[in-house]
Amino acid sequence: MFRVTRRYEFAASHRLHSGELSEVENRQLYGKCNNPHGHGHNYVVEVSVRGPLEGATGRAVDIAALDEMVGREVVGPFDHHNLNREVAEFASVVPTSENLGLEICRRLKRNWKQAFPGEWPKLEKIRIGETSRNVFEVGADEIE
Amino acid sequence: MVITRKVEFSASHVCRNPRLSDEENQRIYGMAANPHGHGHNYVVEVSLAGDPDAVTGMVLDLKDLKAILEREIVEPYDHRFLNYEVPPFDREVPTTENIALDIWRRLEPCLSDGRKKLHAVRVYETSDLYVDYFGETPCSA
Repeated sequence: MFRVTRRYEFAASHRLHSGELSEVENRQLYGKCNNPHGHGHNYVVEVSVRGPLEGATGRAVDIAALDEMVGREVVGPFDHHNLNREVAEFASVVPTSENLGLEICRRLKRNWKQAFPGEWPKLEKIRIGETSRNVFEVGADEIE
Repeated sequence: MVITRKVEFSASHVCRNPRLSDEENQRIYGMAANPHGHGHNYVVEVSLAGDPDAVTGMVLDLKDLKAILEREIVEPYDHRFLNYEVPPFDREVPTTENIALDIWRRLEPCLSDGRKKLHAVRVYETSDLYVDYFGETPCSA
């Protein structure tokens, strides 16, 4: 069994601000990340896929198919965009890296069977780094 | 406890299966199917699982591990054209998966004994693509 991991990047802006909290509470909780004008990161996303070797190709994953899906579902809609304003899911959900990781995982799971109709390969997990110091990991089994 | 040591080698390869047509190879492997070959700086991370020896406090003396990795990986692979010079890639396509599998097969007999065992082989083809192989058992997170 192999785990193949592919690394992607996108640059995006966001603002951490919860509608459930007051202005003061938001500032206290999110600090600089609450700046009303927003700020940005070079996000790094690693997508890990698990599967057995396919005899004819010597590969466990069709990387071109993975690139196409991640490009269409994640890098395309997120790269050089404002997450709060331009990605519908973050209109009401705070775009923390935790929530970004969950959303990326959800998008990949939703489109998985179209890209990979067979039993294998399976999405195992995604990791997202807002900076190289903070990395968040979501297992595909952790979400619906 | 898991300990990991890293080695690097540079090699060229072609990804094409002679049983498939040129069009199929191009579709499956893309640029990697260029018959003249191309190269990578491969990075290999070898992980051993085991308990530290009661006397030395080490799972395996890293000098010994370094020597094994040099002998089993760097010597056969470094500055070679894998398809032409490194069996089994005269008959197996040298994908990152197959390279990880071959490295596992070379290392496993040298590293696994009663106290420690080969845990994982990670091969980076580039910084954007790597493969983990955990042996025949299903891999865990």
